[in-house]
Amino acid sequence: MKLSNKFFVAFITSLLISISSAAYSFTACQVTDIGGVDDKGFNATAWKGVQDAVAKHGIGSKLLESKAETDYVPNLNSFVAEGCNVIVSVGFLMGEATANAAKENPNSKFAIVDFAYDPTISNVLGLIYNTDEAAFLAGYLAAGVSKTGIVGTFGGINIPPVTIFMDGFVAGVNHYNKTKGTNVAVLGWDPAAKEGLFTNNFSSLDDGRAFAQNLYDEGADIVMPVAGPVGLGSAALASELGTDSLKIIGVDVDQYVKDTKNKSVYLTTVEKGMDSSVLNAIEVAKKNIFTGGLYVGTLANNGVRIAPYHDQASAVSNSLNNEIIKLKSSIINGFISVKN
Amino acid sequence: MFEFIKSKVISENFDYEEILLTPILATLLALIIGCIFLLATGESFSNILLAFSNLFIGAFGSLNAISETCTAATPLILAALGISLAFRAGLFNIGAEGQIIIGGIATVIIGFSIDFLPIWLHLPLALLFGAIFGALYAAIAGWLKASTGAHEVISTIMLNLIALRLLDYLLRLPIIQKEGRNDPISKSVLDTAQLPQILSFVEPQLRIHSGFIIMLFAVLFVYWLLFHTTIGFEFRSTGANPNAAQYAGIKASLTIVLVMGIAGALAGLAGANQITGVLGRATPGFSASIGFDAIAVALLGRSHPFGVLFAGLLFGALVAGGRLMQVKAGVSIDLITIIQALIIVFIAAPLLVKNTVPWAFKAKKKS
Repeated sequence: MKLSNKFFVAFITSLLISISSAAYSFTACQVTDIGGVDDKGFNATAWKGVQDAVAKHGIGSKLLESKAETDYVPNLNSFVAEGCNVIVSVGFLMGEATANAAKENPNSKFAIVDFAYDPTISNVLGLIYNTDEAAFLAGYLAAGVSKTGIVGTFGGINIPPVTIFMDGFVAGVNHYNKTKGTNVAVLGWDPAAKEGLFTNNFSSLDDGRAFAQNLYDEGADIVMPVAGPVGLGSAALASELGTDSLKIIGVDVDQYVKDTKNKSVYLTTVEKGMDSSVLNAIEVAKKNIFTGGLYVGTLANNGVRIAPYHDQASAVSNSLNNEIIKLKSSIINGFISVKN
Repeated sequence: MFEFIKSKVISENFDYEEILLTPILATLLALIIGCIFLLATGESFSNILLAFSNLFIGAFGSLNAISETCTAATPLILAALGISLAFRAGLFNIGAEGQIIIGGIATVIIGFSIDFLPIWLHLPLALLFGAIFGALYAAIAGWLKASTGAHEVISTIMLNLIALRLLDYLLRLPIIQKEGRNDPISKSVLDTAQLPQILSFVEPQLRIHSGFIIMLFAVLFVYWLLFHTTIGFEFRSTGANPNAAQYAGIKASLTIVLVMGIAGALAGLAGANQITGVLGRATPGFSASIGFDAIAVALLGRSHPFGVLFAGLLFGALVAGGRLMQVKAGVSIDLITIIQALIIVFIAAPLLVKNTVPWAFKAKKKS
């Protein structure tokens, strides 16, 4: 009897301790998409933004991972009920669920990665990125580095935040062809028809390997997978084939740093500064100057960029590198359009 | 392996030890091992207590929690009823996922395309089409088995893959795809094809919908069908001993097609339920592997309709509670998957449970 009493007291006290230690005056909460928080891609990057805010401002953070899209609505509702000060939802696919949650809970603040509402919603900040500007540079780079004269790309799902990478990539290759009078071909995406290669998921590494293999078989020696963790499968293939045969262009966050196992296969990464924009969204919410609307990441504000070449630096000639640097400032100054 | 599981799940009557005690003990053991997992990953003892208390609160602690539990449980139970019906007839229906997809897409098409019917005609029609197409799809596997002897495990798995790709294809057809979108997503079903929420007058965000009531009727229907009709007797006889059933004048091939058809109808209804009650549209992932989780629910429920009801509510509770667990204690929702898997291990090996806690069984055995 005494023993069980002791256990009971221990139970209650430990419960109280844990509850009291969890109290923060400001809490930022993130709902991830199906890829999960450890996808080494966009969920992870957005979560890094939340963690940066925690480190910088000593706020609390909470995370809910969606296992299926049926989880979006209840996950958002859970955070509203929890009284989160700002709720970050990650991904275009959560657009509808986030809009509904925001309309039903006008006093809660939301930020959503990759979705722009038209018209904007007063308590939702849409975080979008002109990824095509950085992908344009990557396309130009790939065209300059490719030995076979064929480069490839494929996507996860045919949605704007994915295809904008592919649009920019194709435009960059075309710009290279126009400037140099070459004929480098891009497989996997037709910007005019808005059709191309898609795995239709953001999770299967096997698909990443198979799609990259197909592109390689068609002669491509540089592939840009725009499908989150799916690209890790492509990188594994490139690592087996050797980087002379196949190089990969990463997306979202510098894959040389994230995918340490196959880091040498990455020519560069088309980076999307989701961490800094999420951090920024949390900061404005914390300062109580949050307004809904739109944040657009560009080359100019460093919201998008291309990563260093790291191990592949030797593959990029000095003249090509200088052209890329010039190209970047021309895009920022508006001299060159990245549209197809 | 399949023979073994089959023999374990076919128990005629509502046996207390079999249908209640073993699953409950299996769940408790799974929770305890889940605790050990958490300790091993370096969670503090107080955080584990916080996690498990919130797992419970998130599942049953408030009206909203109960509503979420029921919402998550409804499609699981519907699909699991179909699977357990097939179990009873000696068939291992792995195809619920595909049947959910086909039923769901049929419901979506009826749901957005017919705009002249009132809700009391449109909604039942949408649900009915979901059930019919689920039934037809499952009957393919039944027919293959009856006519060629193709094993239903193989054919239903293959049909799952076909359904998945068919869904990808259908969602990109201009007549189904949502206007202005390039990704595979269907048009939204009209308001007249949506299951009304049943507690929205209390609080608007309570998501529990009338699909829950339909599910309860389905439980009663399957119980009646299985234990109070000739067809049910034929199903069970075929499951217990197909040869004896054949000698007794039961047409095995007809029984196989029929039981797969009814199983598919229930799974199709689960898909229709998700479309009309929760999502309002179809996307490539709308089935959310409910069809596979339902196999676990059917096993846990010992293929008895009432057992399935409780098992489904338990799985729904784990889903709803897992959410609050991650919110409050920061414990990854993946723990729920581990617990569910452990429950299945203990269910598939009931002796494991009986040997771990023998005192729970001994007293009962004598009576």
